Amino acid sequence: MRRSPLPPQDPARHPALRNGESKSAKRVAVPPQDNGKAEPAKGDGIPPEVQTSPQNNGQAVAPVSANRPVPSPGAARPDSPEADILARAQAGDHQAFARLYSLHKRRIYSLCLRMVGNIAEAEDLTQEAFLQLHRKIVTFRGDSAFSTWLHRLAINVVLMQLRKKGLSLISLDEAMEPTPEEGPGRSFGAPDLTLAGAIDRLALERAVADLPAGYRLIFILHDVEGFEHNEIAAMLDCSIGNSKSQLHKARLKLRDALRTHLPQEAEL
Amino acid sequence: MTGVPGKLSCADFQAHLPELIASGQDVANHPHIQTCELCRALLADLETIAEAARQLFPSVEPPDEVWQHIESAIKSEAATEPAHRSAKGA
Repeated sequence: MRRSPLPPQDPARHPALRNGESKSAKRVAVPPQDNGKAEPAKGDGIPPEVQTSPQNNGQAVAPVSANRPVPSPGAARPDSPEADILARAQAGDHQAFARLYSLHKRRIYSLCLRMVGNIAEAEDLTQEAFLQLHRKIVTFRGDSAFSTWLHRLAINVVLMQLRKKGLSLISLDEAMEPTPEEGPGRSFGAPDLTLAGAIDRLALERAVADLPAGYRLIFILHDVEGFEHNEIAAMLDCSIGNSKSQLHKARLKLRDALRTHLPQEAEL
Repeated sequence: MTGVPGKLSCADFQAHLPELIASGQDVANHPHIQTCELCRALLADLETIAEAARQLFPSVEPPDEVWQHIESAIKSEAATEPAHRSAKGA
């Protein structure tokens, strides 16, 4: 079940928007990420070329293949209006492709912006995602929802970009079992300090921006964008269990970060 | 909380928590939560974070220039493609 649209918010207060102003503005790097260890996942199809290796010190991000159809239950009906547009776009109709862009640009751009936190970079990534779509659209066979397939393609573009930038990243597999110092700890701390009513949106957005890419991606897809675990699993080529587990760890890590900052902020 | 025979330890409960939350069950009524203040606080925090996430990062439209760049790149690729093909065929 998809959530209702987000309420209107003030873009000026958005950290992502504050990080980058425009194409001509100075670009701001994504904050350094930390790392985690992997738990082998059943059914994970991480392409071998992006698996971690001694050369990259286990820091790789695993892009998912956008060429392979995604076995998602949400496949578009052949008689839906979008199916007609899609068929025409696949046949080379430029107007139909423009319509597809118009239908999906907001979600893809927002995903890119949420992942990289920089407007100019998000614009570039959106452009690249739709160019990739233009090149690969004939390979879409309708085995999955088109939006799921397109998200998968866009995620691949984003992860490749993050990897290219050489930031400390983790593979989706590795995020599953971080080392004690890198991943969220189990919660046996004091219960007296709870977050209820004590976190604001900006603090949470900052904490999300500081998450490792793997955690951030799952958290954004599920908790912010409202995708279900089965859809995320299809997009990321991971198991549903992995998606659930990684989301939980992302939330734990956010909790750790927010609780750490609560006392300092309270003193201000 | 922990160490009581027949009762779930915090570690065991937290190991099952991702699945419990994702299942849509009312975790607040879980027997362990009823008796464990630590895990009750953890669950409350996780629910607070998930709730707050809905207000995060406004969905925004890309500027018109993005489509202009895409269109021009498509045209440019279309223009170079026949040249590539003829070069390969030569």
